[in-house]
Amino acid sequence: MAVADVTIVSLDGVEKSFGAVRALGGVNFSVSRSECVGLVGHNGAGKSTLMHVLAGTAAPDKGRIVIAGVEQRQYSAARAKDLGVRCVFQELSLCPNLTVAENARVFHPALRGFNWRRKAGKLIVDKLDEIFPDHGIGASDLIQDLSIGRRQMVEVARAFTVSDRPADLVILDEPTSSLDAHTAGQLLAFVRRSVANGVSCIFISHILGEVLRNCDRIAVMRDGKVVVADRAEAFDRNKLIAAMGGVHQSEREVNSASVPTGRSQAPVRVRALPARQSEGVELIAHEGEVIGLAGLAGHGQTDLLLSIFSASTRRRVGVEVAAPVALVAGDRQSDGIFPQWSISENIGVRSLSKLRDGLLISRRREDDLANAWRDKIKIRTPDMHNNILSLSGGNQQKALFARALASDAAIVLMDDPMRGVDFGTKLEVYALIREEARAGRTFLWYTTETDELKNCDHVYVFRNGAIVADLARDEISEERVIQSSFAGAH
Amino acid sequence: MSALAPPAPRQSAGINWRRLARALLPALSLTLVLAAIAWLNPRAISYFGFTLMLNLAVPIALATIAQMFVIAGNDLDLSIGTFVGFVCCVTATWLKDAPLVGAAMLLGCIGVYAALGALIYLRNLPSIVVTLGMSFVWQGLAILLLPKPGGKAPDWLLAIMGVKPPFIPFPILAAVAIAAVSYFGLMRTSYGAILRGSGGNAIAIDRAGWSLLKAKAGLFALTGLFGVLSGMALVGITTSADANIGNGYTLLSIAGVILGGGEFVGGRVSPIGAVIGALTLALAASPLLTFMHIPPDWQVAANGAILVIVLAARVMISQKGRE
Repeated sequence: MAVADVTIVSLDGVEKSFGAVRALGGVNFSVSRSECVGLVGHNGAGKSTLMHVLAGTAAPDKGRIVIAGVEQRQYSAARAKDLGVRCVFQELSLCPNLTVAENARVFHPALRGFNWRRKAGKLIVDKLDEIFPDHGIGASDLIQDLSIGRRQMVEVARAFTVSDRPADLVILDEPTSSLDAHTAGQLLAFVRRSVANGVSCIFISHILGEVLRNCDRIAVMRDGKVVVADRAEAFDRNKLIAAMGGVHQSEREVNSASVPTGRSQAPVRVRALPARQSEGVELIAHEGEVIGLAGLAGHGQTDLLLSIFSASTRRRVGVEVAAPVALVAGDRQSDGIFPQWSISENIGVRSLSKLRDGLLISRRREDDLANAWRDKIKIRTPDMHNNILSLSGGNQQKALFARALASDAAIVLMDDPMRGVDFGTKLEVYALIREEARAGRTFLWYTTETDELKNCDHVYVFRNGAIVADLARDEISEERVIQSSFAGAH
Repeated sequence: MSALAPPAPRQSAGINWRRLARALLPALSLTLVLAAIAWLNPRAISYFGFTLMLNLAVPIALATIAQMFVIAGNDLDLSIGTFVGFVCCVTATWLKDAPLVGAAMLLGCIGVYAALGALIYLRNLPSIVVTLGMSFVWQGLAILLLPKPGGKAPDWLLAIMGVKPPFIPFPILAAVAIAAVSYFGLMRTSYGAILRGSGGNAIAIDRAGWSLLKAKAGLFALTGLFGVLSGMALVGITTSADANIGNGYTLLSIAGVILGGGEFVGGRVSPIGAVIGALTLALAASPLLTFMHIPPDWQVAANGAILVIVLAARVMISQKGRE
């Protein structure tokens, strides 16, 4: 390494699992004084978990954390702050009901006494002036009244303010995601100035151009490990993408206007224009097609699915739906299952009109429906009257699929439904989806797992709430999707 | 700062308007009720009239401030009414006959409140369940102390509540003092920001290294403190106690907080607004209805209807302001 300076943070063999999901599988990582390290990786590669470990908000299951040459055994968020480790989290950690100055006070216990409000306000506004000279934010503004971009500016500025404890290492997790190009540029310039003054930074971004231009060193994460770490000059866009996706491929510029080939001639079932799409591509789904929605998490895929779902019951501008719709929720615990109900009831709830006998629900028909789907989709339970929570996660998800497929819906929307589902179950569900598609159902499938896109007839890649690529079946590949997801950052 | 971005001036003007509207709404509803009273009975707008009409406003304002502290932490206290009743009973018996024992009991009550806050935080219990249970505990204890109405308020308390200051009626002075103290404590002190922040974004407060346990216990202890003050003030006015005397205060206090611009979640409360809300409710309760010649049999129902109208108006206006 060129800057063989003092190492201020190093992680050694850090592992962390959430239930059955292994988020970090033995990470080795270090940051030197006065260094800006870029951290890149695809969805779920473990970047955010790594940051939580560093910031002390998640305890690792295994491994060593060494800060300023001392191994940390009782590491916590408070300890991290004492040691000068600051973190700007992706989900904002400001109190919306407090003013800008009061949020600075929350961060600095030393700001107290008679005129703490003035001191806190001066501290944060001076830092905002330094980073974003034309920010237009006042110390007494309430956070809830600020736009999302300005909130992010406050959050970033707060991480760099210094009262009684130092700021030696500042971790920035997607700090530019809500900033426009102008303010993002101001922030990056400030990061470079701070690094020149001896502060270290970890910079996480999906915008590869920012990382390549501003970092001294880049670490690439994949499947919970740091797979490559080297000086920034050693990388270019293609090398980074290859390291993230694991396949070498020459750069093919994605042309979002390219006319897709080989679309089905069957009638159009869904036609939808994402809300933030200014012109051009709209999502089109024909009868019997499986349409994939790809791209980085949270770039508008779920929003589009939800607007298609609501368009099935009332008119919406820009969305046309020609058949009944069912939705398989992504977060099955909060949006999917009814935890107090039996498996049968959970399956039957989308088909109540079919199960009705007079005013009441016919128990017999509900059971018939549930048992038919148990056999078809292989839900592993001795009795469909058992509570839904008696099933494993994968089988709960199967019950949710059964709910959608048992209904009269000709269009099934799937919001990343395979999260945390085991491989065997996945294969069974893939086969079922193909079978149902052949029978004429249309599937719109948002997935964060690129492998699943191979089951799709057509894939739309989303970025910033808009469709940026429109891939026909023979064009679908992991590199292609990653390319499009990261395009626009040249 | 010299070169503002083009959209900035427009936006900040919008913010100021919104904040102003939010702050002035409670005062507006109080003005409306006062205007109605003045129109119905001009003689009520006098020193004597206000002293009479706002007779019960002081304990209601104190109970509302008590409720405001738990609401600031995203909780709700359904036991404040029976707690006020219990405090009344203690004040009219023990505090009069054996002041030291009585004072110790009241301090113990505040400790119980702090412990409830700690319990709710540590076991992650819903506060409405815990406080609903506690409401029966307080009620039971009150009945044990004073099976039938009676007791007598300590003389010093009667003297305080009976003060007749020149020019400005006592309840108005007391309301201003309550608003000033609670505003300063919650909105201006540096720890008050932490307390409110714990209702706004508890994770952020935790990540910044503050103890959420302390914050929750602190908010509940403040509720207990103001509940005790409310009960003492109530006995100072009524001179004797009754185990059921405070039962209506639970809902009145919640309505007062919301009327005063507070919200059930998000740590958004306003002490000044809460006191104004309590005054509005105290006036809208019996004086206004009596002047409207509504028979006493119908007053409770009419009071409820006024509450619904005023709260609905507030929600509608604040929704408009948000757009």
